[in-house]
Amino acid sequence: MSAYPDLVSAFATGLTGGDLPAGLTARIPQEAERRFAVYRNNVAVSLTDALKKRFPVIERLVGPDFFAAMGRLYLNENRPKSPVLSEWGDTFPDFLAGFPPLGDYPYMADVARIELARGRAYHAPDANPIARDLLIVAAADPENAQLGLHPSVQILRLSYPAVSIWAANQAGTNGQGPTSTKAEIALILRDREYQVPVMAIGAGDAALIAALQDGQTLLIATKLAAFAEAGHDPQPILVRLMQAGAITLPKEAP
Amino acid sequence: MPLPPATGVGFKPQHFEAIRAAPPDLGFFEVHAENYMGAGGLPHAQLSQLRADYALSLHGVGLSIGGADALSTDHLARLKALCDRYEPDSFSEHLAWSSHGGEYLNDLLPLPYSEETLAQVCRHVTQVQEVLGRQMLLENPSTYVLFEQSTMPETEFLSEVVRRTGCGLLLDVNNVFVSATNHRTDALAYLADFPLAAVGELHLGGHNEEDLPSGPLLIDAHASPVADPVWALYVALLGQTGPLPTLIEWDNDVPEWSVLMAEATRAQTVLNRLKEVARERVS
Repeated sequence: MSAYPDLVSAFATGLTGGDLPAGLTARIPQEAERRFAVYRNNVAVSLTDALKKRFPVIERLVGPDFFAAMGRLYLNENRPKSPVLSEWGDTFPDFLAGFPPLGDYPYMADVARIELARGRAYHAPDANPIARDLLIVAAADPENAQLGLHPSVQILRLSYPAVSIWAANQAGTNGQGPTSTKAEIALILRDREYQVPVMAIGAGDAALIAALQDGQTLLIATKLAAFAEAGHDPQPILVRLMQAGAITLPKEAP
Repeated sequence: MPLPPATGVGFKPQHFEAIRAAPPDLGFFEVHAENYMGAGGLPHAQLSQLRADYALSLHGVGLSIGGADALSTDHLARLKALCDRYEPDSFSEHLAWSSHGGEYLNDLLPLPYSEETLAQVCRHVTQVQEVLGRQMLLENPSTYVLFEQSTMPETEFLSEVVRRTGCGLLLDVNNVFVSATNHRTDALAYLADFPLAAVGELHLGGHNEEDLPSGPLLIDAHASPVADPVWALYVALLGQTGPLPTLIEWDNDVPEWSVLMAEATRAQTVLNRLKEVARERVS
C-alpha cells in the first residue's frame, strides 16, 4: 500500500544527487540514469531561474555563473513550500549575509532585501488613491486627519547604501559597488503605472510614513517626523506619495 | 461554457501592449494559474482586461495531482478564489506530480501507471472538481523515463480516470510525440487508443532535442516553434475529432508577438480547412 509514497520519496531524493530510484527504467535500461538527469536538470535550472527573476540585481552584482552555483546551494536547503514562486526566496537575504564567499560584500543582503520588498510591492493588494479634494481637506485639519497608505508601501532601514547600489545596477547603468558607506533608508511602493521605484529617504520621512501606517493622525505623524529629524518638512514626501497614488483613505474608513 | 474550437495563445505580459494595440482574432487566451495568485497589481489588471474580451483557459502547473501526498488545501483554495474571480471557460492540470513532503520541485514529474496510482489520481481529480465546482481537464505528460511498477499503458490509465471521475482531457500533441519518440512507441497508435471523446482542448508546443547513444531524446521545453512532425500529428488527429480548441504554448525564450501569432495562424488555417471540408461534405 505504501509502495507509491516510497517511490516518490526516492525520486525526490534522487533529484538532488541521490541514487536512481528503484524501478525507474527506460527502453534501453542503461540509459535510465541519463534520462533521469533531465528531471534533475529541470528542477535545478527552473528554480534557479525563479530566484534570478526575483533577485536580478544580485545576479548582476555577482555574475551569472556565481549566481547559478550559489542558487543551487540555496535551493537545496530552502526548497519552495508552495508553487507560487513569486513568494519564494524570503530567506535569501539572510542566506547571502551568511554565505562565506560573499564575506567581503556585506551589502549584498541589503540589496536583496530591496529586491524582496519590490516583489511584495508588485503583487500587493490594490487600493484606490484618495481623491485630491479629500486630501486637501485632510491637510487643512491635521489634528483629526487620518490618511491610509497603499499596501505596497514599505520602509527598509538598511545597514549599507543599498539603494544607491541597487540604482547603479539597473539596466542601462554601468553597474558599480558602493561609493560611500552611509547607511540608507529605502522607500518602496507601487505607483499608478504599476512601476515599483526605490527611493532613499531621510529619517523624518521614514518616521512620518511609519506613523501613518500605524494609524496616527497627520499631526502626530508630522511631530514624530520632526522628532526623528530636526526641522523636517513633511510636504515633499506627502506630495511624492500623492503623485505615486500611494495615499489612500484610512483603513477604518467606511 | 467550453472553450471555442479555435486557436488560443498562452498569454505573456510582454505581449500585452501589442495585443491591446491590435486585438487579435483568437479563440481564447490561456494563463498559468500560479502566476495570478498574488493579491493585486499589474498581473490582475492585465488579466481583467483580457478576460473582458476573450474566452479564458486557466492552466494549473502546481497542484501535484499525481503526487503521493494529499493535495495542498491552501493551494486549492487559492485556485478556487482565482476561478471565482475570473470564471474561466476551462480549468486544466497535469497528470504529473511536483510537490512532495511539503516541498515544491517546479517540474512536472512522472508517475507509474498502476491500480495504486490510479486510485490516488482519481481521488485528487474528484477533490479538485468538488472544490472548484466544475469539470477539469487532465493533461497527458511528456515523459523521459519508464517505471517497472507500471501495469497499464498511459492511454488506459487516462481512460479509466475519465470513466471514474467524469473529468475531461487536455491532449498535448507535442507531449504525445515527445513521449513516443523517447520510448520508441507509435504516436498514431497512442492516439488510436486515446479516449478522444473526452478531449476538451489541445496543446501544441515546441521541444528540444538531445542525442543519446540509442537515438534522440526529446525534451518538452516550450522554447521554440512547433515541430513539423507535431503539426502532421495534429492534422491527422483533427481528421478524426473535428475542430478542437488549440493552444500554442511558448513559455521560455518567448518570441515577439508576431512570431507567436504566426504559429497561432498556422493552427487556425488547419482548423479553417477542416471546417471547409466538413461544409463541402454536407453540400
